[in-house]
Amino acid sequence: MELITNFLSGSVQIEAYLGLSLIMFFAGIYGFLSRKSLLMILISIELMLNAADINFVVFNRYLYPGHLEGFYFTLFTIAIAACETAVAIAIIINIYRNLNSVEVGNLDEMKE
Amino acid sequence: MQYTLLILVLPLLSFIVLGLVDSKWSPKVAGTIGTLVLGIITALSYLTAWEYFSMHQVAGVYEKVIPYNIEWLRFTEFLHINLGILLDPISVMMLVVITTVSFMVNIYSLGYMVNEKGFERYYAFLSLFTFSMLGLVVATNIFQMYIFWELVGVSSYLLIGFYYTKPSAVAAAKKAFIVTRFADLGFLIGILVLSFYSKTFDFGILTSGNPSVFASTVGVSFMGVSVMSWALGLIFIGGAGKSAMFPLQIWLPDAMEGPTPVSALIHAATMVVAGVYLVARLFPLYIVYAPDVLHGIAYVGAFTSLFAAVIAVVQTDIKRVLAFSTISQIGFMMVGLGVSGNGGHEGLGYMASMFHLFTHAMFKALLFLGAGSVIHAVHSNEMNHMGGLRKYMPITNWTFLIACLAIAGIPPFSGFFSKDEILSACYEFSPYMGVTMTIIAGLTAFYMFRLYFNIFWGKEHKHEHTPHESGFAMALPLVFLATVTVFAGFIPFGHFVTSDRANYNIELDTVVASISVLVAACSIALATILYRKESAVPKKLATTFSGLHSAASHRFYIDEVYLFITKKIIFNNISKPLAWFDRHVIDASMNGMAGTTQWFSLKIKSFQSGQVQQYAYVFLLGTLAIALMVIFI
Repeated sequence: MELITNFLSGSVQIEAYLGLSLIMFFAGIYGFLSRKSLLMILISIELMLNAADINFVVFNRYLYPGHLEGFYFTLFTIAIAACETAVAIAIIINIYRNLNSVEVGNLDEMKE
Repeated sequence: MQYTLLILVLPLLSFIVLGLVDSKWSPKVAGTIGTLVLGIITALSYLTAWEYFSMHQVAGVYEKVIPYNIEWLRFTEFLHINLGILLDPISVMMLVVITTVSFMVNIYSLGYMVNEKGFERYYAFLSLFTFSMLGLVVATNIFQMYIFWELVGVSSYLLIGFYYTKPSAVAAAKKAFIVTRFADLGFLIGILVLSFYSKTFDFGILTSGNPSVFASTVGVSFMGVSVMSWALGLIFIGGAGKSAMFPLQIWLPDAMEGPTPVSALIHAATMVVAGVYLVARLFPLYIVYAPDVLHGIAYVGAFTSLFAAVIAVVQTDIKRVLAFSTISQIGFMMVGLGVSGNGGHEGLGYMASMFHLFTHAMFKALLFLGAGSVIHAVHSNEMNHMGGLRKYMPITNWTFLIACLAIAGIPPFSGFFSKDEILSACYEFSPYMGVTMTIIAGLTAFYMFRLYFNIFWGKEHKHEHTPHESGFAMALPLVFLATVTVFAGFIPFGHFVTSDRANYNIELDTVVASISVLVAACSIALATILYRKESAVPKKLATTFSGLHSAASHRFYIDEVYLFITKKIIFNNISKPLAWFDRHVIDASMNGMAGTTQWFSLKIKSFQSGQVQQYAYVFLLGTLAIALMVIFI
C-alpha cells in the first residue's frame, strides 16, 4: 500500500526500479537459454532490451534530473528494437519456409 | 630509314592475327595473308639493302645505322637493355637472306601444306619465326639478340613439333629445344661475364675497338684462362648449340621430323646460321681479345664439317643427308670465321664465311624444297623408294641438279665462289687446314651426287601412282632460288660485307680454285660411276668397310653416348636420389604438417555444435567469470 502511495506521490526508491530491471534482464537471459522456439527467444531478447531501457530512464531521472538525454536514448532504442524485431521475424519466417520448424535446435545446417 | 621498323612489326602482327583467328578463316585466306606480309617485308628488305649499300658509305667504310634504339629495361646507370634496329653490312645481308628464303618457303607451303590440318597454325608459326629471326639479326645489343635467340628456339620447337600427333616429331621437338637451351646457358653466362666487365650490352660499344671498355678485364683470369676467353668461349657454346656444332649437333638431324618447308627455312637457311652470325657479330672481340678461342672455333668447325660429311655419305633418308650436309656446310662457315684475320686481305675468311652463308642459304633452301617436292610426289623419305624420277619431275630435277653443282663447288654456280674463298683463307691459315677442307669439299660433292643420282637416276622403283611434277606454287620458289643460285656467285660480295666494312676486291686464287674444282669433279665422277646405273659396288664397299659403314650410319653413336650419359648416369645417380629426397623429405614434412593440423581440427570439431544457445551459455559463463575476476581480484 505504501509502495503505491509512494509511486503516486513520485517518491519511489531507485532500488525498486533497478530491482525490476534486474529481474526483467535475468528473465530474458533465462528465456534466451532455455526456450526452444525462435519466437520465444526473440521475446526474451526484447525483454533484455527493455530492461536496459528502464535503466536509462531511471538513471537519467535520479542522477541528472532536468536533463533529457536518457529519455531520448530510450526512444531511439525502442525504434531500433522495432526494426530489429521486424528483421528477426523476417528471418524466422524464411527459416520456417525452409525447415518447416522454428525450433532453435534444428538450426545446425552450417555445422559441417 | 624509319620504315625498317615495319620489317619487324608486320610479321608480328601477322602472327597475332593468324594465331588468334585460328580456324575461323579458310586456310587459303590465312596462307595468303602470311605470304602477302612476307612479300611486303621482302620488298622492304631489298629497299633497305639498296638504300644502305648505296648511301651509307663514308670514306670507303659502311657506317652503322641505328634507326631505333629504345631503352626497355634499366638496371644500373650503365647497364640497360635496349630494343632497337641496327643496320650494318651483315645485318642487312641477313635481312635479305631471311626474307627471301622465308618468302619462298611461304609460297612453297601454299602448295605443299595445302591439305594439312592446322594450316593457319603453320602460317602463324612461320610468321613468328620470321619475326624472331629478323629481330635477332637487327639486334642493337647482345641481350636483345639473346631474347630473340630464345624466341627463334621456341618457334623452331613449335614447327618441328607441327605434327604433334606423331610421337617422333614430339620427341624431336623436345630434343631440339633441350639441346639448344642447354647450349644457351653457356651463352647467357657468357653475356653476363662480358657485361659484368664491360658494363654494357651494346654492340656498338663492345665492338668499337676502344680498349677502355675492357680495361677491367686486364689480368683477370679464371683457371688459367683469361676472362675474355671464358666469356667469348661461353658465348660460342650458345652459337654452337644453334648451329649444330660438334658435340651439340644431335638435334638437327632429328629436327627433320618437321614439315619439309620448315626444314628448308629454319634448319637449313636461317636459324642454324644464327651461331655463325653471332660469331661474326662479335668478331672484333674474338680477333682482339681471344684469338685462341677463334682458332678453337676453326678446329671445332673443321671437325664437325668432316664428321657430318662422313655421316652424310651413308645416310639413306634424303632429308637426313641434307641435314648432315647442312651441319658440314655450317662447319665451313665457322672455319671461315675461325681462320680469318681482321681487315683487308687478312679478313678474307670473314668475308668468305658471310658469302658462303648467303649462297648456302639459297642453294640449301633450294635442295630442301626440291627434296620436299620429291617427298610430295613419292610419299617417302627413303632413297631406295625413289630412282628414275627425272622423267616425271623435270623442274625439280633441273633445279636440284643446279643446287647440287653449287654445293659441290662447280663454277660458275654460287657455291664455287664462296667455298673457294673459304678454302683460300684456310690455305693461308695453315696448309693442313686447307687440305682437310678440300677433302671435305670433295666428300660434299660425292654425297650430294650420290643423293642426286639415287633420287633422279638409278633403278626405277615401283610407285603406287605415277609421280608428277608439283604445282605452280611449289615450282615457282624452286625456279627462283635456282636462278639466284646460278647468278649469286657473281655478286661482288667483297664490296658489301667485309670484316672492317671497307671494300675488298675478291681475287680468285687460281691454284686453290683448280684444285678444289678438280677434287669436286673427281668426286662427282666417282658418284656417277657408282650410282647413276644400279651397281653392286656400293654394297660391296659397305661390306668391306662394314665397321666404318655401320658406325657412320649410326652417326658414330653420339646419340647413344648422350642417352647413356643422361639416362644411365644422370638419371640414376643424380635425379633418382633427388626425387627420393623430394618425395620422402620435403614432401613428407609438408604432408606431416598438414596431417597434424587435420588431426587436431578433428579433435576440436565438437566445439562447433551449431547450437546457438550453447554458445550463448558459454558466453554467459565467460562473462560472469570475468565479472567475478574484476570484482574479487
